[in-house]
Amino acid sequence: MSIAAEIEVEAPTADASIARAQPHFLRQAIARPSGAVCVVVILVIATACVAATWLAPYGPLEQDLLAARQGPSGAHLLGTDALGRDILSRLLFGGRVTLFGAVIAMTVFSVIGVTLGVIAGSTGGRVDRAITAAVELVQSMPGLIVLLVVLAIFGSSEPVAMVSLGILASPTLVRIVRTAAIAARAELFVTAARVAGLTARQIQQRHILPAVAGPAITQVTLFGAVAILTEAGLGVLGLGVQRPDPTWGNLVADAQDLLREHQWMLVPTGAILVVMSLALGLLGNAIRDAYSGRSLRSTQLEQTWKTMHVPMVATEPKAATPDTDALLSVRDLSVTVNDGTTVLVDAISFDVAVGESVGIVGESGCGKTMAVTAILRVTPPGSTVTAARCALEGRDLVALDERGINAVRGREIAYISQEPISSLDPSFTAGQQVVEAVRHHRGIGKAEATRVALQLFEQVHLPDPARVFASYPHELSGGMAQRVAIARALAGRPRLLIADEPTTALDVTVQAEILDLLREIRETTGMAIVLVTHDFGVLADSCDRALVMYGGRIVEDAPVRSLIYDPRHPYARALLASNPAEIPSGDRLPTIPGIVPPPDRWTVGCRFADRCPSARTDCCTTMIPMSAEDPDRRYLCIHPHLAAQLPEAVHA
Amino acid sequence: MSEALLEVENLTVVYRGRRRRAPQPALQNISLRLHAGETLGIVGESGSGKSTLGKAVLGLVPIVEGAIRWRGRDITSVAPRERRVLSREIQAIFQDPYSSLNPHRTVGQSVLETLAASNEERSSNARSRAVSVLQHVGLDASAMERYPRQFSGGQRQRIAIARALLPDPTLIICDEVVSALDLSVQAQVINLLTDLQAEHGLSYLFITHDLSVVRHLCQRTIVLRHGRLVESGETAQVLDHPTDPYTERLVLAAPALDPDRQRERRLARRAAAMATN
Repeated sequence: MSIAAEIEVEAPTADASIARAQPHFLRQAIARPSGAVCVVVILVIATACVAATWLAPYGPLEQDLLAARQGPSGAHLLGTDALGRDILSRLLFGGRVTLFGAVIAMTVFSVIGVTLGVIAGSTGGRVDRAITAAVELVQSMPGLIVLLVVLAIFGSSEPVAMVSLGILASPTLVRIVRTAAIAARAELFVTAARVAGLTARQIQQRHILPAVAGPAITQVTLFGAVAILTEAGLGVLGLGVQRPDPTWGNLVADAQDLLREHQWMLVPTGAILVVMSLALGLLGNAIRDAYSGRSLRSTQLEQTWKTMHVPMVATEPKAATPDTDALLSVRDLSVTVNDGTTVLVDAISFDVAVGESVGIVGESGCGKTMAVTAILRVTPPGSTVTAARCALEGRDLVALDERGINAVRGREIAYISQEPISSLDPSFTAGQQVVEAVRHHRGIGKAEATRVALQLFEQVHLPDPARVFASYPHELSGGMAQRVAIARALAGRPRLLIADEPTTALDVTVQAEILDLLREIRETTGMAIVLVTHDFGVLADSCDRALVMYGGRIVEDAPVRSLIYDPRHPYARALLASNPAEIPSGDRLPTIPGIVPPPDRWTVGCRFADRCPSARTDCCTTMIPMSAEDPDRRYLCIHPHLAAQLPEAVHA
Repeated sequence: MSEALLEVENLTVVYRGRRRRAPQPALQNISLRLHAGETLGIVGESGSGKSTLGKAVLGLVPIVEGAIRWRGRDITSVAPRERRVLSREIQAIFQDPYSSLNPHRTVGQSVLETLAASNEERSSNARSRAVSVLQHVGLDASAMERYPRQFSGGQRQRIAIARALLPDPTLIICDEVVSALDLSVQAQVINLLTDLQAEHGLSYLFITHDLSVVRHLCQRTIVLRHGRLVESGETAQVLDHPTDPYTERLVLAAPALDPDRQRERRLARRAAAMATN
């Protein structure tokens, strides 16, 4: 019964908030302007060709020698050829042959490509090796020559030529589909399907085929353009369907014969080929972009370049800001996206003292990472950072331009991330990267920098520094890579290190070592640390003071001991209570009903109110002020004593 | 003691060497017993072989040596057909609720998949059962027609649990099922697993690196390191009085929610590290 109660709160909130279902990628491709235009062009041309019998003003072979070699006119919209045949009509009739040929080639291409690709990719082993070998064999044959030989043997048969083209081109598709199938096979949901007891065939149909559909359809569409051009090429060479029967290729051949006398003819006959293959090519790109979301990413990338320099806008301080002698002093720091309509970090204020270790703790989606990246102004593209004050050793960073803040990054404030291995450049050795950082920040020569880098490697207790120095990131374990990242962060002798979940990706024993290392560095260098974590145990181990974030706000700011032994904010209290280690086996864990609200649902009042056991009506309606009675700790709650009276947060 | 539900004896799993590397033994000589209604914790760090152990029981990795017995019957190398029948009894939930559900298939299709082996998937009875299982884990019937991306991480893990529950299994292999979840959601999912166990008499093979979850959920625990079993026993015994130096290091490394205790542990950690080095 209690579960049901918990979830009732969760279901509706998550429902509407988590992104809507995305339409199928084909529908998305057509929804793009380029995709839609291409589809319309292809459909119009294809339909016109199919309906040539009714649409064409003249028969394909109907001659009018009196009207030969004419330009466009009312009677002949696209002019006439050497024998006075109507070019438009011949294009329409010719399109039937050319497009039908292309359809044959595309069918053969996709049937062979998808079948062999899926079999190779999802079976693996000997079957895969055999198919790959066959594919390589076909790919190593000179396609055009094989095609000419086939035509020579079968006597200019158009269908045979197109079938051969499909076969000769299919290796490309086999390879692409095979790769996509292998990737799909490694997905966890395929493992889950095997565990569920599905047969290999069922897995292929349900999980592998949909995964290869995107790349396969793209490739088939692009190949359509190739097929049309090849068919036309064969026509120009006088192979395939013979003149005077029209095909698009034959028409180009006709135009070529009249190159001196009647240049106009090359325009419509060439244009139809260009338009059709361009439309297919662009449609292929649109489909690829839709299924891979690549165009989305490329526009984002574009935005990154545009808004690479996130400016920090100064705002009027809301509260009186006492001048502190803190190392870092932040007042009313906010991060917004969507032109300020969505707030991700909501006017947070905090100080970090010299040599202090401050932990920012909370669940995902509460704005922890956003808050610390805002200090360095490295928030994602499209976001805006505002602050009344963001001062490092009394110097206001808000006023700095991009050059100015760039000089602060790494030198005065260093940063290490959650993913130690991917935070290092894979194409340089660990040593090169640290040497580069040392040279950049300290402005010293290479030999000197190498010596300093090796010293740093020893300082972070890397075993065998010389060997690690020459290693590439992928050759390092997660723990070693994080030590290298820390060494690099120390290159600029920073006053403050921002560590964003530095141990989350590491094993517990390695985590303990890294936390001990950070403590040691802090003790020996006097560097302050802002440590972002979701783990209260890490907080208890490594931090002097804690900032608990919820819904983009700091809801409690207290010394770690006070927070853990006597939390004031109901959220902090509930999180601490739900730690399973403290609850005897078999007992139910105290839980917080519902989920962290997404930013677009943040309210003016207390954002935890709807999950809070001691919430009252005024919690939701009023702006909650920070408590002010205790200089050592503050919290964003107007009924903290109510929470304190409850024995445990929520016993569901 | 009664006959064990699952018995693993001297299990050795060797992964084929990639490229020029020599074959790596992922598990060596592992033995364990799991009784009906019991939760056995399998603890270890990355590379310890804890996930491989789960996969071996599920028949997903080739077994070089040893035996796996299910209700006394040898299932070490059963034919695919029999394995599919067995899948009704042995189900699994995986760590990542984002990739363990196919994004292109509805929740209903994914949940019903576990009935495919018994060809019940398309029956109307199956559908109504799927709806009731979803409701049981706290989702409503409308979830059937929706796609995984419309759900939060905690909800997806509930869907994965519903999917595993549908064929009414006896054993569920839980591979890091709460590691990707936030603390408050993690507590909800753990409570759900506890309730389901009480109701259905389920057994869990609970694979995790998180000692606090093990302490709460598991009656007995085994500790793996580099594919070898280093310690096993009652959970409280293993975690409070570890006999193996590695287990001790592991216990000391897991951060406790107490700054004072954490300071002591840090010192003990240093002492232990010096002793092992």
